[in-house]
Amino acid sequence: MSSKSELIIPKIKKETILSLLRKDKRIDDRGLDDYREIEITTNLIGKADGSAIVKLGDTTVITGVKVQLDRPFPDTPEKGIQIVNAELIPLASPIFEPGPPGEEDVELSRVIDRGLRSSEMIKLDELVLIPGEKVWAVFVDIYALDHGGNLIDASALASVAALLTTQYNKVEVEDDNIIVTDEKINLPIGNIPVFVTIAKIGDKLIVDPSYEEELVMDARITFVIDENESITGIQKGNPGVFTYGEIMEAKNIAIRVSKKLREKLASITKDL
Amino acid sequence: MTTKGSIELINKEGLRIDGRKVYELRPIKIRAGFLKNADGSAYIELGHNKIIAAVYGPREAHPRHVIIPDRAVVRCRYHMAPFSVEERKSPGFSRREIELSKVIREALEPSIFVEEFPRTAIDIFVEVLEADGGTRTASITAASVALADAGIPLRDLVASIAVGKANGQIILDLNGLEDQYGDADMPVAMMPGLGQITLLQADGRFTSEEFEKALALAVKAIKKIYRVQKEALKRRYIEISKEVLESEQ
Amino acid sequence: MTLYVKNKQVVIPGETIAYGKYDLQGPVYVLKQRVYSKVIGVVEVDEKKKINLIPLKGKYVPREGDLIIGKIVDVGITGWTVDINAPYKAVLPASEVLAKPTDAAKLDLSKILDIGDLIVAKVIAFDYTRDPLLTIKESKLGKITKGTLVEITPVKIPRVIGRKGSMINMIKSILNVELVVGKNGRILVVGDDPLKEALAVIAIKKIEREAHVPGLTNRMKKFLEKLVKGEKAR
Repeated sequence: MSSKSELIIPKIKKETILSLLRKDKRIDDRGLDDYREIEITTNLIGKADGSAIVKLGDTTVITGVKVQLDRPFPDTPEKGIQIVNAELIPLASPIFEPGPPGEEDVELSRVIDRGLRSSEMIKLDELVLIPGEKVWAVFVDIYALDHGGNLIDASALASVAALLTTQYNKVEVEDDNIIVTDEKINLPIGNIPVFVTIAKIGDKLIVDPSYEEELVMDARITFVIDENESITGIQKGNPGVFTYGEIMEAKNIAIRVSKKLREKLASITKDL
Repeated sequence: MTTKGSIELINKEGLRIDGRKVYELRPIKIRAGFLKNADGSAYIELGHNKIIAAVYGPREAHPRHVIIPDRAVVRCRYHMAPFSVEERKSPGFSRREIELSKVIREALEPSIFVEEFPRTAIDIFVEVLEADGGTRTASITAASVALADAGIPLRDLVASIAVGKANGQIILDLNGLEDQYGDADMPVAMMPGLGQITLLQADGRFTSEEFEKALALAVKAIKKIYRVQKEALKRRYIEISKEVLESEQ
Repeated sequence: MTLYVKNKQVVIPGETIAYGKYDLQGPVYVLKQRVYSKVIGVVEVDEKKKINLIPLKGKYVPREGDLIIGKIVDVGITGWTVDINAPYKAVLPASEVLAKPTDAAKLDLSKILDIGDLIVAKVIAFDYTRDPLLTIKESKLGKITKGTLVEITPVKIPRVIGRKGSMINMIKSILNVELVVGKNGRILVVGDDPLKEALAVIAIKKIEREAHVPGLTNRMKKFLEKLVKGEKAR
């Protein structure tokens, strides 16, 4: 935590955001429930097995997926591996410092990982080649390129899009030998999660906070919603508070809004 | 969450592996002010969990560049001792400890009147000596008592517990096995007097209705834990009063 | 208007003390007309709708005009850095020590006050944006050359002083010692007999421990008289 001047928002700007919210308006003219414009581009990195860049308003995040053969973890010999790593690199914002992953990088990695895992987006038990010996490991590496607010949802969209469009060589097992074929296959996909982040400013709940809204917000909460509208992840962040009623309201907003995000994701997969 | 539903976490009589009913808390013990050097301290036992929380501050902030001009900076270090878990854990900081240090800090900070101490630091240290599920909730509960013990002005204490799902049923206060093999886990922290939730995370799967039921259950249990915190803080002073009054007889 | 606590009750942070308009003193806060305690403390309530919360633990926050006892921790070119048992280090400029405006850069300040020296000083400025500023130029201030130093939690200093000085005067007269009480939790005991100084330290620590138990002044009177008798019996 530092008191970098970029983190200090001018009082009059904060006042403007608050007074607009009192009229249910936001500084960029969005509705309280609206996402910024979303652009998803997939398959741009040739060396990666899957990749996606997401532009969510001024936020840009890229996710690359690599699928590799590996030994399974000793306590789960009949399951593939999923590893998520996120980094907020210095080029994305003057507030990101060079160095090893900080608490924000770690939190982002773990929230995305848990949301994917609890939803069972990747069917890890279908990634086993030789039980106890050889499985597929799916590496999801997320890099923030431009921090314009709401890195969680942007990272989630990029990761889901990259995973949905990941292609790797089918492998056949013959007498404990691994034979790589030329056939390209997709990952076994289960229940696709959608991440919705809501910020609390004063007593208003707004979806997809922009960078300035994040500087002003009291707290944020992310809900991960699966295809059955069940909740497969929650992460409250920032040292602010929510009442029980606000949590319930946020949950309902998240479920409602998740449908729009799902439509956006569906438009990618229909071309596969 | 490793393998779901494969272990019978709740038997046909509705009892859990440790004999508890679904809505039962593990035994909880809190002792306040037992460290000499720290400005405030607390020790907690929640089931087999054994955790120490210590607070230093408000004090001079080092390094100087973390100073905030109009309030105290709150820092938190959550660490598990290598011997606290079944398989020895490496002494360094894992990614889990980094995330937990952050969420624990964010759960406690809203309770602190940080504006009363500009340009200082309030440091919270949590050391897990033995872990058995629910360490972050026990850590928050103990650290809040340590903050009060240090005389730091607070809006309210913060009490915390986890709820979850096992074999399809909502359960309270997951132990280590339930945490690992259950269907879902949801740690919650709250300032009970003000009705303000300061920590909420979830892992696993809840339907919308299950989520509501689970959160309501957590809120109820948190009020019980708050009473234990209160008693721990008052105990020392009450003991001294008793001593004094007895010596006068 | 409702009171939720009894007079002299120990309360914890977040505990509701009362509802309604009261004359409030001490670390409390009000939300929607409810009065809450911010710290562990003892509540004093009187019928006249006065609530005073006395904290049982807390750091010293410097205030202009406070008399404090400081410890020199660094010697610079234009002044000294002083530890005042607060979350802020204090500054004692050379101009607040030297009688005549001299060119401080020409002097070796450590010859006047060195690291480890104790001083009785006054806070002349503190506004949170800079370190507190001290002076030792007034009378009764200056370097400490003899006596025993005892530290207690700063919030209990008023108990050591007592109402209109009743407690501190009692200790002084019964034990025949001089006491310099710093608002920052540090007390200097000076007696012609080091044993008397040690007794004073015991007494002060007892006040700190039992500050929340009613009847302290009478208890301390009996305790001090017993101490002196015990000493005389040796």
